[in-house]
Amino acid sequence: MHKFANPTFFMKIANAIYPWAVGISVLCFVIGLPVALITSPPDYQQGDTVRIMYVHVPAAWMGSMVYAVMAASSAVYLIWRHTIAHIIARASAPIGAMFTALCLVTGMLWGEPMWGTWWVWDARLTSMLILFFLYLGYIALGDAFEDQERGDRAAALLALVGSVNLPIVHFSVEWWNTLHQSSILSMKGFSISVQMVVPLLLMVGAFQFYYIAVLVIRLRAELLAAKIRTARFNLAAAG
Amino acid sequence: MRGFTAILRRDLMLAVRNQGEMLMVIGFFAIAATLFAFGVGPEANVQSRISSGVVWTMALLAALLSLERLFALDYEDGTLDQLMLSGVEPAAMVLAKTIAHWLTTGLALLIAAPAVALSLQLPSQAYGALMISLLLGTPTLSLLGAVGAALVLGSRRGGVLLSLLLLPLYSPVLIFGAAAVEGAILGINTTAPYAVLGGLLILALTLCPWAGAVAVRHAVE
Repeated sequence: MHKFANPTFFMKIANAIYPWAVGISVLCFVIGLPVALITSPPDYQQGDTVRIMYVHVPAAWMGSMVYAVMAASSAVYLIWRHTIAHIIARASAPIGAMFTALCLVTGMLWGEPMWGTWWVWDARLTSMLILFFLYLGYIALGDAFEDQERGDRAAALLALVGSVNLPIVHFSVEWWNTLHQSSILSMKGFSISVQMVVPLLLMVGAFQFYYIAVLVIRLRAELLAAKIRTARFNLAAAG
Repeated sequence: MRGFTAILRRDLMLAVRNQGEMLMVIGFFAIAATLFAFGVGPEANVQSRISSGVVWTMALLAALLSLERLFALDYEDGTLDQLMLSGVEPAAMVLAKTIAHWLTTGLALLIAAPAVALSLQLPSQAYGALMISLLLGTPTLSLLGAVGAALVLGSRRGGVLLSLLLLPLYSPVLIFGAAAVEGAILGINTTAPYAVLGGLLILALTLCPWAGAVAVRHAVE
């Protein structure tokens, strides 16, 4: 695993993955979006409103998954001090925050016709809101220090604390209020029809590979920024 | 262990000799509750309906207010570096400072809570639940707060940042704390929220001193 810690080697792999990630993401969007938004059947109760789900559910999954990636990379960074692990975590945070925001916005758009109100303190929307705040806290803490490394470590530790806290928040919020329909994709089998599962999975794939593609772009930018910092520092030291 | 009691005694003595801090926390608690009363209006039944949540939320915010200074003063004058070099286990040092913080603010909130609840027309059958839930919940707030306070040491915008970091982490405690009081008002068995609050306290007690110690080490390095 440790040989991946070399940024040059890591970026070589990341750059090789990049065109594939872009390609698969675009392909999934091109096939998935028309199927999800036009040709898939409307729900017998929710009508066309159900189509919001094809954006809402993948966004919710990505919001949680990106946080898991962030927490895992932060752990790797704190234990082995691999800078690349932290760069992955830091580059992931804004993407994850945007997925979470997308999930909240689509949840609100869905809630208006369904519940008749833009915001309901429903268990899972509230959990996502807390997750969104955790992302904001992580980003803010990482930027709050003069010393970059100090911010990196504080943010990494916060990501870990948050990962312990998130399940607790999730269950307490669930206990606090259960109003939402039960989770759609359960392990025991699909409770919705295949015609809806296929576009949903396509959209999940599209979001997933979009994340990978954007992550690679952000990693490049982060590494370039680090190079510029070093160059400036050397210039100042030489001058 | 000797180091632990020494730090605890030192922090308590500092708090006793500088009582402004404690009074400020109680003052904030009382004023925030008063503002809430202004906000919702003077009708007793409306206040009584929301009092359980308001008392708990205001107690939480008051606890948050005092956290920034948990490590900041020692960090600024270099005491924290000395404590880290002193050979006392860093987690024990964090725990000692957290206990001192709770004894000076959490306990003060506990004493002030019935009066604040009384002014907001909390039904009489709920006072026991309020005290028990605050007793079980506020130490968790202090423990989580110690981690947050250590994380923001030396940052450019301590106070606001600290609230942003801690409020999401505080939400489970608030949910179950307010639920216990609400349950008592409605005459429901409140064992479940107590049990969860106790569980959260034990979890925080086992994890937070270590996380706080790591954060302090990063800060003084």
